[in-house]
Amino acid sequence: MLKAVNITKKFGDNTVLDNFSREFADGRVTAVLGKSGCGKSTLLNVLMGLIKPDGGEILRGENERISAVFQEDRLCENLTASANIRLVTGRRYTREQIAAELAAVGLADCADKPVRELSGGMKRRTALLRALLAEYDTLFLDEPFKGLDADTKRIVLDYCRRKTEGKTVVFVTHDRDECAAFADEIIELGAED
Amino acid sequence: MTKVKKALITAAGILFWLIVWQIAAVRLNSKILLVSPAEVVKRLAELVPTGGFWRSVLFSAGRILLGFALGLSCGCLLAWGMGKSRVIRALLSPLISAMKSIPVASFTILALIWIGSKDLSVLVSFLICVPIVCANMLEGIDSLDPKLKEMSGVFKIPLGRRFIGVYLSQLLPYFRSASRLAIGLCWKSGVAAEVIGIPDGSIGEKLFESKVYLETADLFAWTLAIILLSWLCEKVFVTLIGLLQRRVERM
Repeated sequence: MLKAVNITKKFGDNTVLDNFSREFADGRVTAVLGKSGCGKSTLLNVLMGLIKPDGGEILRGENERISAVFQEDRLCENLTASANIRLVTGRRYTREQIAAELAAVGLADCADKPVRELSGGMKRRTALLRALLAEYDTLFLDEPFKGLDADTKRIVLDYCRRKTEGKTVVFVTHDRDECAAFADEIIELGAED
Repeated sequence: MTKVKKALITAAGILFWLIVWQIAAVRLNSKILLVSPAEVVKRLAELVPTGGFWRSVLFSAGRILLGFALGLSCGCLLAWGMGKSRVIRALLSPLISAMKSIPVASFTILALIWIGSKDLSVLVSFLICVPIVCANMLEGIDSLDPKLKEMSGVFKIPLGRRFIGVYLSQLLPYFRSASRLAIGLCWKSGVAAEVIGIPDGSIGEKLFESKVYLETADLFAWTLAIILLSWLCEKVFVTLIGLLQRRVERM
């Protein structure tokens, strides 16, 4: 269960979230759609507990495990793509299994490459895979398909749909096509830039 | 540039300076002022098979490397403390800065008064190593990405795995450059301290004797031995850290 109750968040004089309330359905993918600067990422960080709201509360199941793709990739640059994933999964996956998962999102040759040598899109997919392979009850995704070309995005979206079936996912984007392809429900944040 | 090409360029540079040295030695024609490279190598070849040579090497290398190892540990520990607490940082910063600027000769004379000459090079190497390692590691600690710490919290990564994957992986490059710099300086300062303190059976004593008896060939041969030992220690240590880095990289 994930519920935001009367969440308010200000940065200086700028009110980013004003009495935002919403229950996020279990086992469904909820997209938070809106333009840049409307508070999508702030909402996601508040839901994850990374930012303290000025008002309201977040209700989450006790000992609920979360996983995330952050606004930035937040990968360890000096570790290989495979090691970045193993850092989170531990021994639940073998090296071969991780290599196979990497191959499934088009990163077949990247398992043993240090992340610092990967392109932006490759890093994004590694970060996404790390989040998908972690043990979680709720998955938070902040623009997870950022920097991917159309063909790669299609492959990755398809992979995400399979991996998140029956899982609770909150997913932030500014792209309506991504919402249509991945989300079960859509929340539209209306603030302008 | 390929490795072979790089090696050839380095070798050409060394050869050039050896030729300059040889020409200078021939022109000066004085075995007290300058001996030729060939004579240095010949003298070193005479020294190497002797037991005295290896006893001196073991005496000095053991102490200098002990000082280096203690300095590494202490430098890392101090950097960790300074990274953790502003009070510790405020307290230790002037001390570390002072240690960086104090001349080796001053350390040596002070160490002679404190502990005598036998283990002088341990203390001097230690005192030279600590501020270098501490400053480098602190720079690494200061540049640790706080967002990776937050990421570790979100994924609830266990402490051991977090230490290796998140912290060690970011700090090892700083540790590598600190130890590379420190190990060479430990050798230089350790031997310099021995020349001042003249502990029995040390390399410093041999250098001192070569000065007293005007044995320039000995002086050069021992200097070459020190350069080779310092280079070897650096290579071995940096290779070991490189192996550790590759192991951490793959986790």
